[in-house]
Formats: sequence, structure tokens, C-alpha cells
Amino acid sequence: MFEDLRDLYQEVIFDHNRNPRNFHVMENYDRMVEGFNPLCGDRLTLFLKLDGETITDASFQGSGCAISTASVSLMTEIIKGKTQAEAEELFHTFHKITTGKSEELQLEAVGKLAVLAGVREFPARVKCATLAWHTLDAALKNEQQSISTE
Amino acid sequence: MTYPIEKIRADFPILNEKIRNKPLVYLDNAASCQKPQVVIDSLVNLYSHDYANVHRGVHTLSVRSTDLFEAAREKVKSFINAKSEKEIIFVRGATDAVNLVAQTYGKANIHAGDEIIITAMEHHSNIVPWQMLCEEKGAILKVAPMNLAGELLMPEFEALLNAKTKLVSIVHMSNALGTINPVEKIIELAHAQNIPVLLDGAQAIPHMVVDVQALDCDFYVFSGHKLYAPTGVGVLYGKQALLEAMPPYQGGGDMIRTVTFEKSTYAGLPHKFEAGTPSIAEVIGLGAAIGYLNSIGMEAIAAHEAELLAYATEQALKIDGLKIIGEAKEKGGILSFTLHRIHPHDIGTMLDSLGIAIRAGHHCAMPVMDFYKVPATARASFAMYNTKAEIDVLMSGIRNLIEMFG
Repeated sequence: MFEDLRDLYQEVIFDHNRNPRNFHVMENYDRMVEGFNPLCGDRLTLFLKLDGETITDASFQGSGCAISTASVSLMTEIIKGKTQAEAEELFHTFHKITTGKSEELQLEAVGKLAVLAGVREFPARVKCATLAWHTLDAALKNEQQSISTE
Repeated sequence: MTYPIEKIRADFPILNEKIRNKPLVYLDNAASCQKPQVVIDSLVNLYSHDYANVHRGVHTLSVRSTDLFEAAREKVKSFINAKSEKEIIFVRGATDAVNLVAQTYGKANIHAGDEIIITAMEHHSNIVPWQMLCEEKGAILKVAPMNLAGELLMPEFEALLNAKTKLVSIVHMSNALGTINPVEKIIELAHAQNIPVLLDGAQAIPHMVVDVQALDCDFYVFSGHKLYAPTGVGVLYGKQALLEAMPPYQGGGDMIRTVTFEKSTYAGLPHKFEAGTPSIAEVIGLGAAIGYLNSIGMEAIAAHEAELLAYATEQALKIDGLKIIGEAKEKGGILSFTLHRIHPHDIGTMLDSLGIAIRAGHHCAMPVMDFYKVPATARASFAMYNTKAEIDVLMSGIRNLIEMFG
């Protein structure tokens, strides 16, 4: 059963859904942005701590499906220590692998995030995976208001 | 007589579809119902043999289309037992009908300080049009509360009625919870204070006998696509005296008697509210759908669906971690639920991989989700063609996905 879903729901995703990393409110954050997907009600708050150009810490709060929770959990792990420009670059690459627009999938460029590439086959679920990154994008651009996938 | 389930299933060609190599189990009927062959044929036959614009030409095809179109109005009239065809206004859907009443009856009769009563379980389409009107007019929207079972609190509702109340607009059957509201009592209480009542019947109409004269409601609205008819058509029923006193909705062709650049005079009912070329084929399709429902009988359909709901509820309660959202005593064929630590969107994707179509989300009823403090629910909703065997497939799918999530 659920053979068709093996690419979408990989064990890493279940793991991050059960035990999300960096799942807490951050004290003394530099950036805080809310992300919202009005279609499904997924809601997350992303906190960033910055040291100049470098993201020194990231955490989140909120509730969402397994895909969106795993995506934001993985994101907070991977962006720590990256410069803002590197994080933006990762966002664009991630966007490409999840929307399938890239001719050659740059899976190695996104490391662990590659487990989310399976959403390409599930158009209704792409936004679950990208909500975290759109929220990060808004945070890096220092847009204060809530962002929405719609 | 036994319910002719095999014949009914054979009448809906889409039920033969395979989804991801599995037989389709379609349980998203509260969002939209599938169409029987007679409805599909009515569209094909119209466009193949009888189609032209209505209420216009003297030529044969225009007369044929007009006759079919007006025959559909007569079918709707009989189906809901309205007094006259003049009380049947074709619109785009239930949403359009609520907006029509808000923009005509509402604008003419609701003023600063007046109150409109809705309930805590409304669909966005019976909230937002009134919010827009209240904002424009300085009127106040009052919300009658419900209990955790999803039942309207009648004493609290009654206490909201007062001299400032200008309209009660209430859902007949909730799309998110399945609750069937005690509309007879609601109407009696409102009418005792001369307050008109609009019923949003989008969910109720496919599942029960609706008699607008027996209910004595002032307005009744519903969509065709939830009644096994095409999209793009719905009905506003209104009592004739109310409709006659209301200003027109949109201006244009078909809704006028005479037009000069100085002034236009308006057509009589029902055309006054039907500006522009209507959804001709879809209206005729609605007539075909009603003919089909009459051939089975709404009482028989209601009994079949009540059996499905009772069975589904009984099976669902056996699943650990499954919580039913909406447990009203009076309930239609809707099973809204959550699973412990599994998001409805994941439930929806997993069930889809088994060929099962359910809805996952807020069901256009965000205040209901807020009330139950859930971001979303999964919802299985039943129709005349569903079976207990399909409910077994659903329940087995739910058990398996719980296991997969661990």
C-alpha cells in the first residue's frame, strides 16, 4: 500500500515531521516573518538571528502537514552558517527542484533537501514544500508583513 | 422497494474511472457531485440539435432553447414547491444568489445600526457578502453561537433577535460539520418579529426534500453542481412580493422592458434579475438532474445517505486517534475528522494514492476551524451513488496511513 507515495513521503520526512528541528520561539531574533498558506491553513513563524551577512541561527513555530513541517525543519538546519546570498541561491535551486522547471535537477546542490524533490509529481503539494522558503525569502528581504502562498 | 444502487452507479460514467490504477471512490460530494449520463446527454443534445440564445429570436432554434430553458425553471419550481416560476431566479450559484440578495434586498432595506444574524457554522459565502454590506452601510453582523457538537444554540439565537434585526441568513446544512439546522423553528422565531429568513441550501438540497412553502422561508439559495447538475448555474428562490419590491441586481439585456438614454424600465419577474445571456445549457442540465433525482425519489436518497452516514460514523469511531468534527444529532452525510498528529493534507494525498477522493482543508469555513482549534479537517461526504463497500475502502485506507505515519 502507498507504493506511489514512496518518493514523496521518505523516511527523512517522517522523521522531521515527528521531531522537527529548531522548533522553538527565538529570543532576541533579528527577523521574524509569518508564512501562511490560505488553501490548507498551514501557518509558520520563522525566526532568524543574523551576524552581518551570515545567518547564525534559525528557528520556527507553527503547524502544518508533514511536507511543510519537514521542509521548514530541514531549512532551518541547512541555512545556519550560510550567508544571506547563499541562502537566496539555495532558495532558487530548491524552487527549481520542487517545481521541476530545471532541465537538469541539481539535487546534489541542495544536499539533504533533495528528499523534497518528490513533490514535483504532486502539484497540489508543491506549496507545502515551498512555504518555508518563501517565508525565508521575505525575512531576508526584511519584509515585515505576513506572507502568503496565494 | 430496495434502493437501486447498482442502476444508479451505472448511470454515472465517471464512477468507472481508475485513479492511480484503483477504482475511484468519490467522497468529495460536498464540494461537487458527479453527473449522471442524462445530464451529460442533455448538454450534448442541446448543442447538437437545439441550441440558440433564449428569449430573443423568432427562429426555431431560439424557440426550442427557450422552451427547454423555461421548462427547467418549471422543474425547479416543482422540485422545491415554490408557488410560481416567477420566484425562481437563475444565477451562477449559491454564492451569486447570496450576493444578489445582499446587493439588492440588503442595500434597499438594511441601514446604519441595523443587524443581520448568521451562525458560527456558515460557509464564507454566507459571511463575506454580509460583511461587505455591513461595512458599506454601517450595519452590524451578529453571529449565533454553536456548541461543541456543532449544534446551533437556540436560546442564544433567539436572544439575538430584536427590533434592529433586518435579516436572518442561515445555513440549512453545514458543509464543514454536516449539521442540519432546525430551520422551521428559526423561521418561526424570526417571523414572529417580522424578520425575513434566507436559507443557504447548497448542502441541504441534494440530500433531502426541500419544500419552500412548508418551510415558509423568504429566500432559499442553492448551486446546481452540488445537485448533480453542471457548474455555472444556481437558483435564488424568493417570495414573489419580496422579489418584486427589490431593485434589480445587474443591468443589461434581458432584464429590461424598455431602454432609452434617459431612462430604462425593468422586466418583470424572474427576468428582472437575469441580465445578459444566462447559462443556457447548464440551466437545462439542472432540469435534467432534477428529472433524474425525481425518478429515484429524494426520500429514498435521504434514507440511503442516512444509512451510509450511520455506518461511516460507527466505523470511524473504532479507529484510535480519529476525532469526528461535527456530532450534531441532526446531521447529513458528511464525516469531517482529524487524525492525531497527521495533517489533513497528508491524509488527502495518501487516500488519493488509493483512489479515494476526499477534501482536506478549511472547507471555506475558517471560523469553524478556529472554533475547533484545528487548521483543517479531512472530510468524506456522501452522495446517492456511494456504498458501504466504499466506506470500508476509506476506513482501511485510514488505518493503513496511520500505520505508515507511525
